[in-house]
Amino acid sequence: MKIISPCSLKQFGILGINSRNRDYIARYNKRKYYPYVDDKLKTKLLADVHGIPVPALKSIIRTQHDINLLDPVLSELNGFAVKPSRGSGGKGIWIIKEQKNGNFIKSSGAVISKNDFKRHLSNIVAGLYSLNGSPDVVIVEDIIRISSVFSDYSYEGVPDIRIIVFKGYPVMAMLRLATKVSDGKANLHQGAVGVGIDIATGSAVNAVWFSKTITRHPDSNNDIRNIKIPGWKKILELASGCYEMSGLGYIGADIVIDKSKGAQLLELNARPGLSIQVANGAGLIPRLKLIESVQMPFSSKEERVKFSIKNFSNY
Amino acid sequence: MASKTSFYIIIALLLTLGFGLAIARYTYFGIPLTPDKFKKAWLLEARVDFEAESGPVLAALTLPENPPGYKILGENSASPGYGFAIIEHDGKRRGEWSRNNVNGPQTLYYKIQLVETGYDYNPQESDTVVADNVFWNETEDVAARYVVSTAGEKSSTPESFTRQLIEIINNPEPEENAALLLSSYKPVELLYKLINYAGIPARISQGLLLEDARRRQQPVQLIEIFSDKRWISFDVVNKEQGLQPGYFLWQRGGDSLLDIVGGSNSRVTFSMIQSSLSSLDIAATDIGQSGISWLGVHSLSVEEQGMFKFLFLLPLGVFVVVFMRLIAGIKTLGSFMPALIALAFVQTSLFQGIVSFIVIVTVGLIIRSYLSYLNLLLVSRIATLIVIVIILVTFFSLAGYHLGLSTGMTITFFPMIIIAWTIERLSILWEEESGREVLKQGGGSLLVAVVAYLVMTMPLAGHLTFNFPELSLVILAGIMLLGRYTGYRLSELYRFRDFKAASNEDN
Repeated sequence: MKIISPCSLKQFGILGINSRNRDYIARYNKRKYYPYVDDKLKTKLLADVHGIPVPALKSIIRTQHDINLLDPVLSELNGFAVKPSRGSGGKGIWIIKEQKNGNFIKSSGAVISKNDFKRHLSNIVAGLYSLNGSPDVVIVEDIIRISSVFSDYSYEGVPDIRIIVFKGYPVMAMLRLATKVSDGKANLHQGAVGVGIDIATGSAVNAVWFSKTITRHPDSNNDIRNIKIPGWKKILELASGCYEMSGLGYIGADIVIDKSKGAQLLELNARPGLSIQVANGAGLIPRLKLIESVQMPFSSKEERVKFSIKNFSNY
Repeated sequence: MASKTSFYIIIALLLTLGFGLAIARYTYFGIPLTPDKFKKAWLLEARVDFEAESGPVLAALTLPENPPGYKILGENSASPGYGFAIIEHDGKRRGEWSRNNVNGPQTLYYKIQLVETGYDYNPQESDTVVADNVFWNETEDVAARYVVSTAGEKSSTPESFTRQLIEIINNPEPEENAALLLSSYKPVELLYKLINYAGIPARISQGLLLEDARRRQQPVQLIEIFSDKRWISFDVVNKEQGLQPGYFLWQRGGDSLLDIVGGSNSRVTFSMIQSSLSSLDIAATDIGQSGISWLGVHSLSVEEQGMFKFLFLLPLGVFVVVFMRLIAGIKTLGSFMPALIALAFVQTSLFQGIVSFIVIVTVGLIIRSYLSYLNLLLVSRIATLIVIVIILVTFFSLAGYHLGLSTGMTITFFPMIIIAWTIERLSILWEEESGREVLKQGGGSLLVAVVAYLVMTMPLAGHLTFNFPELSLVILAGIMLLGRYTGYRLSELYRFRDFKAASNEDN
């Protein structure tokens, strides 16, 4: 079994789980702010107050009884997403791209009967996907339509951009592309492609699939290195603004680009994963240390983004 | 940083207190630091329960006397309000508790300290012993005569005769004469009558299998026959001749084990615990008032000591889990599920524990996959799983028992609710991730449980945690120190194995 020595990991500045948990999450994320990110509904409502764009909320299901009242709302929608408000790791999220003959068609093309769909909602309300199994609510929100920039690079799912924001500074970014293997999901360990994005320019720097470096998308075979995210600076500012909004010092902001509505915040994560380092071919520690060493932090997101662009270019 | 200083002060304090008390206990009481392999000592406790019927009560319990292979170091009885005396009755030692006016449920304790002397099981008796007279009714007499002659034809010595009789009685489909007799007598009782009937002296004895930290044990009935000036014992169920190692003969022949006058619903159960000799000395001398002794558990009843023996192992198991998660980085289902499973393994033995765990979880998963079609709400689904797990455990225990795996019963030690949750988590993992992830996390949990088991069953670990409970503070300090570890996990050395710095390529 091939392994890497702890010394070279240190040299690369790789952040490990223990250090992330103790030196960053425990130190910079106050417990009392967690509910705002662990609960997607709260994140959404808070984002509205702070003027951060999010997918439009269509309906909320709070009780088992509500499930039966849902029909009139759903009949007006064509595509939508149902999410457990307190789910984690994308669990329990169903993207319904259209309705046909009383059935629901998932983004993967799977046909779901009305009964199965209701059972899923019932499971969510019962707390199957919530962090500690406590009762949950279902969010029904607008579906995200894939932007033409990415349509050549993603299989079924909409790619999302994960940006690590430390004390309001965007420090590292990654684009996650769904693949056939990942079943339209954007989690790297499920087989999505992780594309490191240069903080300075928004262009792809490196891509990994199952922790191996690749250059072409495994399904469409398009060269990933040609990706350049449009409106990158605005996206960084959106991510940076999540700091004030959430009060959390170390977060992962998940942002999607809708065909017509542009960049939208999907969710925030108070315990963002570490694979972003592999995708970027860079360690987080030097960047985090640099920000920790700044004596007078900038108060406006524009200035913070400027600082990040200046300091965190991969090239 | 202030918190850092106070943290290390707390750690230092825990270490000093833990090691200090242990050293004090070692120097003042001379409790050995390592388990003594050569002289096993035991603390045995008989507990008599009965319902007093408002009036004078007399309880008589037969006590061990010159048990083969063991030496009695000391004995006492703890039963407030009762007068206690040891008397000779028909040549047997009996403990008699008496009290004038009592009512309601009563509990009496008798404790005895033993040390193994080696297996000198069969001393020659100087007296001659004659067979007891037995009486049958007419039909029984015919049947008994037939059974005795059948066994007699196939045997030449009293021992082989007894073996033949045991075969006949244990036959799952006994021939009709034996069946007739078995319908009115218990097997051991019948053997006793038949052997004496054939003119060979025999008696019924009460034996206890000594196993560490067992509670609420029932005595095993053995039959002893007198042959060639020695008493030779036979285990009727396991058909073994001679006293097996680990058996302690509480009562040899004579009257019933327990007699109660003025009470009903009486029963006697036994608890036992293995101990080092010098810690036994402490238990024997009353040290209740002196110094740090109250911190030890030796002053408690044996039943409670047995419980603590497991309880004190748990910090060690928890420490292993913390280590495996934080340093090795092995994913487990639920934070401390592996520690609890390991504790169950301690009681079931490892191989058997793993097999039953895997079987129960697998069958549970199959049933759970059906449950997901039934559209149940989460709480009711978990509750369903708990009941199913209990049924499975019962089923496998009984199956194991009937297949002759006498230890099959021990699966009941598994924490059912934890297993139900494990099944639920695994099944969700299966639906959402993949079967591979199930194997990874399930296997990871099992691996951690096995490591925890191996650590917990080290003789030294059991000895130290039980005799020096203050060492839990040292384990606590270790757990807290691990909580400050911010280095890489072993799993991360694998996870980031292909890491390449992207900017280096371009330079």
